[in-house]
Amino acid sequence: MTVSVSIPTILRTHTGGEKRVIATGDTLQAVISDLESNYSGISERLVDNGKLQRFVNIYVNDEDVRFSGGLDTEINDGDTVTILPAVAGGR
Amino acid sequence: MLVIRADLVDAIVSHARADHPDEACGVIAGPDGSDRPERHIPMMNAERSPTFYRFDSGEQLKVWRQMEEADEAPVVIYHSHTATEAYPSRTDVSYAAEPDAHYVLVSTRDPDSHELRSYRIADGVVTEEPVTVVDQYDSVCQGAPK
Repeated sequence: MTVSVSIPTILRTHTGGEKRVIATGDTLQAVISDLESNYSGISERLVDNGKLQRFVNIYVNDEDVRFSGGLDTEINDGDTVTILPAVAGGR
Repeated sequence: MLVIRADLVDAIVSHARADHPDEACGVIAGPDGSDRPERHIPMMNAERSPTFYRFDSGEQLKVWRQMEEADEAPVVIYHSHTATEAYPSRTDVSYAAEPDAHYVLVSTRDPDSHELRSYRIADGVVTEEPVTVVDQYDSVCQGAPK
């Protein structure tokens, strides 16, 4: 499966400034592995100890994968993957 | 330096007062590359907490897409501290992921007067910056022409 992945500003250092890149995989995990093979270092910004990093939100189409199956979320041809930094904090 | 219109400051403070004692949060969008905050977007605090805030991820996606379509950037990202000073906490710093944004904090701990301060946060380093409140932006001096 081939998908378009939208990259946030903070991670564009890994993609040579590209806002949108193409990746392949049947699951989100596989898509991230494919990204890592082309854009070294990006995986550890997204995944920590086999789990989605708490500092990022990843969406497949319009769905936050935290609510849809996490890294095992299935990917279909033509899906779009969007990565956004989570905006959060606390005193 | 953050240059911001007085009506936008009022909007941030009103939002923070309305949500007090929970933390309030939101964005002021502006033309990409202009560094000029123009459009106030109050966000839900998904944590509904007096000590934490987090943008609701679904709302955030919608708002970020609208900004992308309109060639806008999150020029200001703000939230309130309801019992402490307007200074970024360790958690605030660990999450800060927009090196081009002005991180604005407003403290509502004093019911009669607010404290509003602005910071750049990049690579874990917090740099406070002066805030200039204006009635109107000067189109000659402020930002890039569109």
